[in-house]
Amino acid sequence: MSRDVEITARINGESVTKRVPARTSLADFLRYDLELTGTHVGCEHGVCGACTVRVDGDIVRGCLMLAAQIDGAEVETVEGLSASGELADLQAAFLERNALQCGFCTPGMLLAASELIATQPGAGRKEIRAFISGNYCRCTGYEAIVDAIETVIKQRNGGGAANG
Amino acid sequence: MADTPFLSFHDRPNSYIGRSVPRPNAKRLLHGRGVFVDDIKLPRMVHVYFVRSVHAHAKIGKIDASRAEAHPGVAAVVTGAQLAEYCKPWVGTLSHLEGMKSPPQRAMPIDRATWQGEPVVAVIAESRAVAEDAAELVEIDWEPLPAATDMKTALDADAPLVHPDLGDNLCWRGEVKSGDVDAVFKKAHRVVEETFVFARHTGVTLESRGIIADYDPSDGRMTVYHAGQAPHNMQAIFAEQIGMPEPDMRVISKDVGGAFGLKAHTYSDEVATVALARMLGRPVKFIADRLESFVSDIHARDHIVTGRMAISKDGKIEAFDIDDLTGIGPYSMFPRTSVIETYQILNLTGVQYVIPNYRARGAVVFQNKNMMCQYRAVGHPIATTVSEGLADLAADAAGLDPVEFRRRNLMADDSYPTKAASGLPLEGLSHHASLDKLLILMDYDGLRREQEARRRDGVYRGIGLASFIEITNPGPLFYGSGGARVSATDGCTIRLDPSGIITAAIGITEQGQGTETMIAQVAATAVGVPMDQVRVLTGDTDKSPYGGGVWGSRGAGIGGEATLQAGKALRGNILAVASAILQTEPAKLDIVDAKVVDMGTTTERISLADLAALAQFRTGDLPDDLQPELVVTRHFRVTGYPFVLSNGVQASHLEIDTNTGFITLLKHWVVEDCGTIINPQLVDEQVRGGVVQGLGGALYEHCIYSDEGQLLNGNMADYLVPMAAEMPDIVVGHVSTPTKTSELGAKGAGEAGTGGAPAAVLNAVNDALKPLGARVTAQPITPESVLRALGKL
Ligand code: FES
Ligand code: FES
Repeated sequence: MSRDVEITARINGESVTKRVPARTSLADFLRYDLELTGTHVGCEHGVCGACTVRVDGDIVRGCLMLAAQIDGAEVETVEGLSASGELADLQAAFLERNALQCGFCTPGMLLAASELIATQPGAGRKEIRAFISGNYCRCTGYEAIVDAIETVIKQRNGGGAANG
Repeated sequence: MADTPFLSFHDRPNSYIGRSVPRPNAKRLLHGRGVFVDDIKLPRMVHVYFVRSVHAHAKIGKIDASRAEAHPGVAAVVTGAQLAEYCKPWVGTLSHLEGMKSPPQRAMPIDRATWQGEPVVAVIAESRAVAEDAAELVEIDWEPLPAATDMKTALDADAPLVHPDLGDNLCWRGEVKSGDVDAVFKKAHRVVEETFVFARHTGVTLESRGIIADYDPSDGRMTVYHAGQAPHNMQAIFAEQIGMPEPDMRVISKDVGGAFGLKAHTYSDEVATVALARMLGRPVKFIADRLESFVSDIHARDHIVTGRMAISKDGKIEAFDIDDLTGIGPYSMFPRTSVIETYQILNLTGVQYVIPNYRARGAVVFQNKNMMCQYRAVGHPIATTVSEGLADLAADAAGLDPVEFRRRNLMADDSYPTKAASGLPLEGLSHHASLDKLLILMDYDGLRREQEARRRDGVYRGIGLASFIEITNPGPLFYGSGGARVSATDGCTIRLDPSGIITAAIGITEQGQGTETMIAQVAATAVGVPMDQVRVLTGDTDKSPYGGGVWGSRGAGIGGEATLQAGKALRGNILAVASAILQTEPAKLDIVDAKVVDMGTTTERISLADLAALAQFRTGDLPDDLQPELVVTRHFRVTGYPFVLSNGVQASHLEIDTNTGFITLLKHWVVEDCGTIINPQLVDEQVRGGVVQGLGGALYEHCIYSDEGQLLNGNMADYLVPMAAEMPDIVVGHVSTPTKTSELGAKGAGEAGTGGAPAAVLNAVNDALKPLGARVTAQPITPESVLRALGKL
């Protein structure tokens, strides 16, 4: 058994206060305590990237962070970023290019892609492949995901459609 | 009903056949609104965690659960003996696999555990974390027993017996032959021989296995939310094993995070969860964590195959002989059995080629390791690698380029229908046309010139080819004929509601391959409506007609055809109603854009919404002898062939660093023929995803066991899967030979990539190493194995 901790944080723009066992991971806190089930867990040991969320503007692995660590922080998940429209062009490109099959990796992949675009706005296919290599996808073989991200990078840079 | 003319579906005004429409149901997933099993929370739900055997083989002595039971938050602790009262054992054999044996398997064993990872005690608590805490308090007196782990010695007289009652460790032996192989080898011009090793690997669905069983004792009904791919099959199995009437068992498989065959099987921890729900009378959730997945999800591919090929002076195959050995773990998996991979290898090896004399022998043995069973492209990667690896060796021996060797030996495109040497009936394949297309796509001659030029600079690039076939649209031969309640038939119920919306309910399921989109495309085409006016229901035994689910690349070919026929029948019924309302012949009417129009025009006579509303609410306007039937069901199964084959050819281009042994995949090409293509983008992405899974098996994936039967790399950090940076871009092209076994003409494409990629890579690696006199024959091909082949280790 572990003792409880009280957490107050802004989650997708809403202030939340909860008491949870101190050992609760951020991913489990989001999924089970806040019912934000768009954040997935694929390994719970920091390898697959399915649990990727944003804390204070940076992407982190929700399974490697404790919920207690987000006390006072700002957390954004796929639900919040969908509602705000921040992911809209990525989501449209993923849909158009069928850059998801089962969709289990997708929320984490979208978060990783948005960070890539923010930090490397000139990234080409090679850089995209390297950046998303912390996010496993077992269905697509990655190429469609790379294509979709490349399309958004070109669009945001004012270019036309990407070459597929 | 009157006969209404039906243009070929390609020519229909609302034809969606052959169009890359995006998947409407993908939007939910993109917004994080998918509902996977672990996302579901039910009132009073408890969580089960299984204490698993830490030994490969051990007697289970006294179990002391008292401290665990007393732990706060624990609802129950259940042993194998206690669970046995709620759950019957099962036997994973099929009656048509002659001589096969496998002992009864229990959801949890009572006195002996037979692999590391076998669930032994169930701890049920208010949360998963509490269940795990309490599990640490369960005390089991283990008495370790000698373990049989090496398949090569499992049949030795002094091998430990996995099941003493069986007398030996043999599960099954099979043989397929035609002609006189021995006689031909004796006087053969040339013989090439090789032993290929395929390592055990596993599926690693990103969503692990999971199940919630919700039993309501008041009405005796059970609802199971299952991360699965065959809900009707699981309905039958769960009901039978826990002794409930089948109709009281509802199985829902909605959003599923990857399946790849791995989620089509009967797992003991899942059956136990269903039995526990019955026992406790409340919902029980089981979600495998990743460490549990590695020791309990099925493994596959652990085969050693020795193959020999006899060739004539002019480079023609005269005889092909293979010997296969596999170890499948302690039980054959229920209900599909664990011998089908071997069965496939015996029947599929060399099927691309004209082979006058053929013999294939296989032995399947029990061992104390995790169970093996069907995973995407069952047997195909092995059969294709053996065929294509030997084809390249034979080409070399005959002094022919691999392309020329294939041209001389591949079955002629105009030779169908025919039979393969193994006896497999072949309906219509296009090996030569596919090869021709591939060579153009990849610029084969240009790559060969480049290869030559770079070798002079000490750069070692390789080009590997692999012609392949893929078994799709299976009939009952695999499973149903052998007594398993696995359906090869699927039904589609399609209806027109008064809103004007078409709803198609179907027994095939969605795990991301695009099933619902493909069904909507066919339904829209068949009826004559825009696709956004079609809803598709899948994955719920209460809502869809009985069906087989998705496995064996059957969704488009079987589910698509059932939908086409149902849609056409509904169209006929709609036009019968329309003709009565409009006082004209049905044959003079058509349906375009959800409107009844005069045939050959787009002039609206009545919208489907108005017609359906009239047929429901204003039936006084109809003649008394016309009963509108705006719901119809049609079924489809493949007849005339045991299954329908797709075919194709792949090529791999790669570079080897001879100092480090590292392999860089430069590019990959696939030309495949799955007949009529309903949605080209979905097919291409199935192929790409399949190729990458094949590349995983070829280069990275390996369940590494110690001699004692302990899995040494059962976590995601140590078990390598393909990542984006390592994967090449994959060019996909098509040849189309529609199957004549259906009107739609679609064959499967889901396993083609996985089936062919490992062979192409192995051949490319050996092509690169050839000038250095080195060869590799074992997968995964690691940098270490390359360096060993080069004599540098
Ligand atoms: S679940 Fe966090 S990285 Fe896999
Ligand atoms: S789409 Fe299934 S894991 Fe990426």
